Amino acid sequence: MRRVRAFGLFWWDFVVGDDWRSAAGVVVALGVTAALVAAGVNAWWLMPAVVVAVLWLSLRRAARA
Amino acid sequence: MTAGFLIASAFLASAVEFVEALTIVLAAGITRGWRSALTGLGAATLALAVIVAALGPALTLIPIDMLRLIVGALLLAFGLQWLRKAILRASGYKALHDEAEIFARQQAEARAAGHEERAGLDWYGFTLAFKGVLLEGLEVAFIVITFGSTQGSIGLAALGAGIALVIVAVVGVLVRGPLTRVPENTLKFSVGVMLTTFGIFWSTEGAGAHWPGEDASLPGVLAFVVLLSFGAVVTLRRRRVAFA
Repeated sequence: MRRVRAFGLFWWDFVVGDDWRSAAGVVVALGVTAALVAAGVNAWWLMPAVVVAVLWLSLRRAARA
Repeated sequence: MTAGFLIASAFLASAVEFVEALTIVLAAGITRGWRSALTGLGAATLALAVIVAALGPALTLIPIDMLRLIVGALLLAFGLQWLRKAILRASGYKALHDEAEIFARQQAEARAAGHEERAGLDWYGFTLAFKGVLLEGLEVAFIVITFGSTQGSIGLAALGAGIALVIVAVVGVLVRGPLTRVPENTLKFSVGVMLTTFGIFWSTEGAGAHWPGEDASLPGVLAFVVLLSFGAVVTLRRRRVAFA
């Protein structure tokens, strides 16, 4: 069990790292993009906009810390 | 994406990881003996080859849109980590990556560790080299598989990584020390930009949206991420000076 947990933690740290909010923002943005596409909107512009917001918030948190 | 762009991306990303792996193997070899360190290197290389050989073909069975959605999301999350750290380093909010300092620290820790022999090997030296190469190599494997699979060219991505491996290994043998003159922080910044660019591009396509101009828009996304990154560095530097 400890090894499974360690394996999971390794992959979490590998992909998500120390700012889970950025990864969560990416997942939410993808869901919204898919929903907009399903509604007939070609939402290619959404992810770049979300990356600006997510990166800026993450940098601001790090700089304040 | 052109073949050259794919090879160059895999080359740059892999070179950064191989330089870090080389530092660990050198520290293990010099302080704990080369036999254990090189056995650890070989065992980790074998483990990585098995992972790539197993995962690479398996990924080609997944429908391309689903693959791009999953891989794009993973690359974007992974790339944003790299980019964030690179921007913080470039703006002075985080210490620059110093290969010489890491080498000295690894050596000090290796010297202080007790001696335990298993299977005729110095166990500390073996595990230090094995873990170091496996962990750095996993990042290379991740990049090769994700870059390659979304373009249907794992071979080309592996070629870029292979060229990086040969160059770093040859220079490492010649220098016999950590590669401190490699502009590692600049390389890490470039890799963060590339990972984020490809992550944005592929995840958006995977979610069903279409870029204006299709693949031709990739340089535009790259330019967008470069401008965003440099804008963030300039802003954070100004903020740092203002608060100093």
